[in-house]
Amino acid sequence: MKFKKTYFFPLKAITVIAIIFSVIAFMSFGFKNESAFNNVKIEIINKDSVESVKAFMDVYKVLTSPRCMNCHPAGDVPLQGDDNRLHNMTPQRGSDGKGIYAMKCSNCHQPTNIAGLNTPPGNPNWHLPPANMKMIFQGRTANQLAKQLVNPKTNGNKTMQQLIAHADDGLVKAGWDPGEGRTVPPMSYEEFKKAWITWIRSGAYAPRSK
Amino acid sequence: MITLNINNKNYNVDVDPETPLLWVLRDTLGLVGTKYGCGIAQCGACTVHLNGQAVRSCVTRVSSVAGRKVVTIEGLSEKGEHPLQKAWIELDVPQCGYCQGGQIMSAAVLIRENKNPTEKDIDNAMAGNICRCGTYLRIRKAIQLAAEIQRKGG
Repeated sequence: MKFKKTYFFPLKAITVIAIIFSVIAFMSFGFKNESAFNNVKIEIINKDSVESVKAFMDVYKVLTSPRCMNCHPAGDVPLQGDDNRLHNMTPQRGSDGKGIYAMKCSNCHQPTNIAGLNTPPGNPNWHLPPANMKMIFQGRTANQLAKQLVNPKTNGNKTMQQLIAHADDGLVKAGWDPGEGRTVPPMSYEEFKKAWITWIRSGAYAPRSK
Repeated sequence: MITLNINNKNYNVDVDPETPLLWVLRDTLGLVGTKYGCGIAQCGACTVHLNGQAVRSCVTRVSSVAGRKVVTIEGLSEKGEHPLQKAWIELDVPQCGYCQGGQIMSAAVLIRENKNPTEKDIDNAMAGNICRCGTYLRIRKAIQLAAEIQRKGG
């Protein structure tokens, strides 16, 4: 009997391995894109004033909502509540933004939220902007705020790249975890972050002043 | 079991880590000089020092205090000879007295950080301590006197 000589060819195994490698490669590519926001110089990829301004108007709604604006007051006392009233007991900003003497933010604001209505919301880094750069949101028009945010002399010395990374700041995110009984900003954190990055990457245009 | 350092003495307490420090001070350790006022950090009656800062013990989790130094009104001085305590006696500041422990603990941070506070400094620093008897004017005077005693080395 004559057998035809054949070679073993593990087609199935090779296919499975190829699929696994493709998935790993795809995932690592995805992670690289994510970390690029923090580590790689951001290039403005698509200057588009219409897209940029549209995104900023979403950003503006969030930044002027109570959870953000209350700690970016025009004066030296933080604001409180959805009506942006002056903070009870009028704590002062202090030079570093962390309060003064026996009235420092962290004397009452714990590292995390605590249970119960009307208890002080928590964050390990609770503070206002410092006295030498107040980064005021209260009373700013969309045009003024956009210009303020892109200018390192008024935005906390941040580059565009650092501005994008700032969306991941713990105190920024705390706006969406404000403790019992407080409203959250008018869109989800994910929507805000997308609008923030879109605004910057499409040119960080300021809406027209009216 | 949580180990606490209070007034330079170590205590082992078997309490829920979420318990506010105030309850441990008063109910577990019997240090009742620190008072319960509002329970939500609004009145200042429960003020103690945590690593030198005037924190509100009613909202401070006991677990966050482990490994740090707590000073209560009982431990502010050994024999009641802190300049603030001298000034408080000299000017007979308290009326009902309930808030005064917290007032003194807040004032102690003020005069440690500012040796010669103005009236405005005092008002800003003490705005978180409420006195239902309205002894604010005597408190302000006593803080100025205490700062003076301190400057003279008392």
